[in-house]
Amino acid sequence: MKTQGWTDNFFLVGVGGQGILLAADVIALVGMEAGYDVKKSEVHGMAQRGGSVTSHVRWGERVYSPLISPGEVDYLLAFERLEGLRHAEMLRPGGVMLVNDYRIVPVSVSAGGSHYPSAEEEEGIYWEAGLHPYYIPAIEIAQTLGNARVNNIVMLGALAALLEVPPELWRQVIAQRVPGRYREINLEGFAQGYGYLAKLRGRK
Amino acid sequence: MKKLLSGNEALARGAWEAGIRVAAGYPGTPSTEILETLAPMPGIYAEWCPNEKVAVDVAVGAAYAGVRSLAVMKHVGLNVAADALFYASMTGMEAGMILMVADDPGMHSSQGEQDTRRYAKFARVPCLEPSDSQEAKEMVRAALEISERFDTPVLIRTTTRISHSYGLVELGPPPEPTAEGERDYRIDSAKYVMVPANARKRHVVIEERSRRIAAWASSFPYNRVEMADSHLGIITHGVVYQYVKEIFPKASVLRLGMTWPIPTELVTSFAQQVERLIVVEELDPVIEEELRLLGIACEGKSIFPLVGELTPERIRKSAIAAGLLPTEARPKRFSLSLPELPPRPPILCPGCPHRGIFTVLRKLKVVVNGDIGCYTLGFLPPLKAVHTTGCMGASIGQAHGVAKAGIRQKHVAIIGDSTFLHSGIPALLNVAYNQSDTVTIILDNRTTAMTGHQDHPGTGQTLQKVKTRAVDLPQLIQAMGIEDVAVVDPYNLAEVEAALRLSLERESPSVIISRRECVLLSPTREGSSPYQVDPAKCTGCRLCLQLGCPAIFEGETTWADTGRPQMSIDPLLCTGCSICAQVCPVGAIHPREEASR
Repeated sequence: MKTQGWTDNFFLVGVGGQGILLAADVIALVGMEAGYDVKKSEVHGMAQRGGSVTSHVRWGERVYSPLISPGEVDYLLAFERLEGLRHAEMLRPGGVMLVNDYRIVPVSVSAGGSHYPSAEEEEGIYWEAGLHPYYIPAIEIAQTLGNARVNNIVMLGALAALLEVPPELWRQVIAQRVPGRYREINLEGFAQGYGYLAKLRGRK
Repeated sequence: MKKLLSGNEALARGAWEAGIRVAAGYPGTPSTEILETLAPMPGIYAEWCPNEKVAVDVAVGAAYAGVRSLAVMKHVGLNVAADALFYASMTGMEAGMILMVADDPGMHSSQGEQDTRRYAKFARVPCLEPSDSQEAKEMVRAALEISERFDTPVLIRTTTRISHSYGLVELGPPPEPTAEGERDYRIDSAKYVMVPANARKRHVVIEERSRRIAAWASSFPYNRVEMADSHLGIITHGVVYQYVKEIFPKASVLRLGMTWPIPTELVTSFAQQVERLIVVEELDPVIEEELRLLGIACEGKSIFPLVGELTPERIRKSAIAAGLLPTEARPKRFSLSLPELPPRPPILCPGCPHRGIFTVLRKLKVVVNGDIGCYTLGFLPPLKAVHTTGCMGASIGQAHGVAKAGIRQKHVAIIGDSTFLHSGIPALLNVAYNQSDTVTIILDNRTTAMTGHQDHPGTGQTLQKVKTRAVDLPQLIQAMGIEDVAVVDPYNLAEVEAALRLSLERESPSVIISRRECVLLSPTREGSSPYQVDPAKCTGCRLCLQLGCPAIFEGETTWADTGRPQMSIDPLLCTGCSICAQVCPVGAIHPREEASR
């Protein structure tokens, strides 16, 4: 049962060019179609050029702030592993984290002296904090379908498997929101992401 | 029907529904999408101007001619347009006129976070501030009504968080058709010719106007009191209202939809009804100062930060520190023991033509006065080839000043094409007129790239996609009296270096135009393909890494002689610009054979 004044808070993080703004758009539109109040916030401009990108989406009975506070994120979608680590503290205890199992090495690492945490280091940090993210091989799934760019919709499929909103609503919004010639592959990506997470949850 | 719209899209929709006919602006984050959304709507004439001052003059002209008009810009754009704002306030106009100005608290994409509400008071024009997309749409109509009722331009001030946040908006009907055909221009010299004799009379008029608006503002429906618990009263504005509603659900709230002038009667009565009065406002204490001038006791910046964007988190922290909220008010969160994580700042794209220029400038150890655009990012390591950035068009004037002061090093000005046309032209004219040996490099990537690829007077196309004359830069510059104008391809490092060496030796002004379309507009270089590193040759010297290209990274193989890691190129990111191949001392970087499609 939802309590009065409830909201679901989605926080999407990754690197400019990964399709995060489109994914955020889809979540917001699904919320609208489901009859909720919706707010979404993102920053354009300089920050987009290969830098970290974040987007806030909130839906609920009545949403005031377009921004989510640290500790208020219900669903954290990390489209890249380092960006997930950078923003994991936004989650509320009990919140869910979905991580695209994919790394984009920043120039500060490739040309500078910075260290990109290894998979073991990263997983250790989460384990210690009692945080157990779902890792989604979204790029791999998307590549198998023939287009790595679909990885954002694979992530949304995984998210949809955790929510009450009927998957059909997601499919409708995705079909409307992506260009016609990519409709089929995106819907397939959604189905695969959905199936992947449903299977993972079954195992947990 | 409801639609999910950003604040900027909602402002455009509102402008259309309310009967705006002529709109002008210059791109600037976070304001750019307003005009882009409005331009294709039926019955609208919209244009990009060379700069914001021209845009305001255009809007004023349309309003003088009796047509509802709009000028759009970011906060620092209003500095450029300030002169026009002040006379427009003095004269008033024949039809409603709005300035939409988007501030950038937190400086997501700006050189400063000045508060536009200061201009409202300075120029005596009312300032409206929506709190979400729905209000953004509605307030355009309200602003036009105020403009026509009180004979004044009206500011609609948004912030990044309003402009770039999305919310549900109830769409209204299309505008009522206006009478076709040309209208008579009404001549009224006493009102519109601002010579001292007329201006002295108009100044009295606009001071009186401000008093009338302040009195009327208490009945303005967007100045709204939401009475609840009377222990705490909060006066707030803009997006901050949304944060306040979440953080202080029990407090009484006065949300000011007009933040200048403030509604005297309404704030006075609200203050009397609450025990403790606080002002939560982003950036400057504008409301707080006005309250104090009225003799109303309140707290504001003694509790909440003056600097930076307000967020629910920052407001909550300040409120806890001031004893307004219990410590438990902060949400619990996961706490991770994180190592220092590698930063991921914005960088020049793979294949960016600016990289070629910066590579040569760095090699020649040249002092660089920079300007505003993507190329500002050239200041970052590893390029570190931009040494000043102030405001639009500043580079050339600064470089001329440096030349007149006299320094030991060679030095240049760099400026983008759109920025040059915005405010670089007078500065270059100054170089020609007052003769310095300033070398000006115009980075002509055929677009306004940073704000998302808008057309400008050099592209040959208007905002509404009409083909037009493109300015001829070499001819323009030669007409100013500068004879040495070279056009180079920034992908050709030898050509750039030769031209630059020649210019740096000259004792007269010179200009180098670096001409190559933004890589995001033509992502594949014709006849080119992604490059790759030959492991038989790469010694791991890392010179290519010094280009700061996101496509180049340390690979898994090593050079046997030294054990140093060899480099690798991501074929999905590489655009084949070939700059890395040109800096490689051992010729280890080549196009991929298989990709020679």
